Amino acid sequence: MEKEEKYGGSTFVMEIVAIILGLLFLVPFYFVAINSLKTLGEILVDAASFPSEVIWANYSKAWEVIKFPKALFNSVSIVIVSVSLIVVVSTMTAYRFVRRATLFNKILFSMLIASMIIPFQSIMLQLVRITSLLELRGNFYGVVACYIGFGLALSTFLFHGFIKTVPLEIEEAAVVDGCSPLGVFWKIVFPLLKPIIITVVILNTLWIWNDYLLPVLVIGSNKDLTTLPLAITRLFGQYTKQWDLALAALAVSITPILIFFLFLQKHIVEGITAGSVKG
Amino acid sequence: MRKKRVSEWLQQTIFVGPGFLFFTVIVLIPFVLGFYYSFTDWNGLDMDKAQWTGMDNLRKIFTNDEKFWDSLWFTLKFTVITVIATNVLAFLLALVLARPLKSRKILRTVFFMPNVIGGIFLGFIWQFIFTKGFYTVGEKTGFSFFELPWLGTPQTAFWGLIIVFVWQTAGYMMVIYIAAFAGLPKDLIEAAKIDGAGYGQLLRSILVPMVMPAITICLFLTISSAFKMFDLNLTLTKGGPGTSTQSLAYNIYTEALINNKYGLGTAKAMLFFFAVSLITVTQVWLTKRKEVEA
Repeated sequence: MEKEEKYGGSTFVMEIVAIILGLLFLVPFYFVAINSLKTLGEILVDAASFPSEVIWANYSKAWEVIKFPKALFNSVSIVIVSVSLIVVVSTMTAYRFVRRATLFNKILFSMLIASMIIPFQSIMLQLVRITSLLELRGNFYGVVACYIGFGLALSTFLFHGFIKTVPLEIEEAAVVDGCSPLGVFWKIVFPLLKPIIITVVILNTLWIWNDYLLPVLVIGSNKDLTTLPLAITRLFGQYTKQWDLALAALAVSITPILIFFLFLQKHIVEGITAGSVKG
Repeated sequence: MRKKRVSEWLQQTIFVGPGFLFFTVIVLIPFVLGFYYSFTDWNGLDMDKAQWTGMDNLRKIFTNDEKFWDSLWFTLKFTVITVIATNVLAFLLALVLARPLKSRKILRTVFFMPNVIGGIFLGFIWQFIFTKGFYTVGEKTGFSFFELPWLGTPQTAFWGLIIVFVWQTAGYMMVIYIAAFAGLPKDLIEAAKIDGAGYGQLLRSILVPMVMPAITICLFLTISSAFKMFDLNLTLTKGGPGTSTQSLAYNIYTEALINNKYGLGTAKAMLFFFAVSLITVTQVWLTKRKEVEA
């Protein structure tokens, strides 16, 4: 907006204020980092200073208590399978909605959009029942199925908006060359959707990765499927006030998503802007 | 002709069928069933044993459920304060980061970072900060503000939740405001400056009206997430002390999953749906009217 503006005194003052605020924003991470390396005794005496002696053992214990590799594997595989299927299912749905805007499809699309307003709480109890009946509860594909169901509306909406801008001529040429409808979609249209696919992948990954209530209800008592949010909650249920262990466990559990963010932040910020401006 | 119709039907099934199936089974059927269960004494286990009890659940909620209304009042207060605080902070941060600061890229990353971590983790992290971290800071600096029993009294726990929510959400809204500022026509701002518009006037007459679409979005996003707050509530205060900081979403959760009154819980969840719809639709309608053409 004001890019050509010179770097004057008032900008300098603002820079200082912004940096101080930025440091304040980081304070919680500082607390987690330094205290995860202390003995419980030292945490209770002084939670603000650097550790007098670095206790790495907190991390190895936390790693085992929350069964980190297993929980990480579960979280990652649920995210990857759910997000991939959300992309496949919602691109196909959106494509058809745009190219064959029949009354039926228009009604279906409106229903999908309207459903975005329903809070998860208004569905969750009945969902527990339905997933049990269909024997989807407590298994991997049940969780994935739920994520497809809930992720569909926003993703289809975003793809719908994008596909409207894809010119029909490219597809017509392919049809003349004898390409089947599925072939046209996968070979011609799908590759063009790349920018919006990135947005959809990022929005859904952040949501599913951090989600707690849905896996708690749908995974139920099946400990083999414990995701990271579930593992950390269970730890806090078992070891109250054991902050040395708990903070180390928190630190390892938030690290994967922080790495994901720091590496892909350009895409994440752009994706979120694109997703919300259209959403 | 017939071949073409078969092919059309086949395409419709292949392209829309899977999405339609997942949506129907996971969202539509449970949602519609919710209206039925709201009028039963469903205990969560046996669907067939759920007895139709008519208006019993609603009567109970409206006449004999103080905690529900307390949690509604709590949620409304929480929503109003966090929505204003988050958006004011986010707007200011975006204004600052729109200037040619040397550290703007890294600051944008820092302000946004809390947002990628889920409420479950953040609640636990801040539980530590409020109970241990703040206490040490208070001891060292002598500021009594830090030595308050943050999660120990209803008032401070309420503000504790607000602090964490604003810290978590402001960066996200900031990113949306930054994008909106970047899309503003430069000549308009230059023209206003040449005409002698002050900063306050520039803000009031040009910046705010021009980014109204972004304000609509940010208000919608913050209102719906604040009104539906659950994760943070669960791990930071557990609704406590007592039930003083219980959000509506948390009240529904305990009613159904702790007290095992699924019928009553469903009735509350359906009222919750109507409340969310009413509030967000009204907000979008109100702010949309204020949007101007660029």
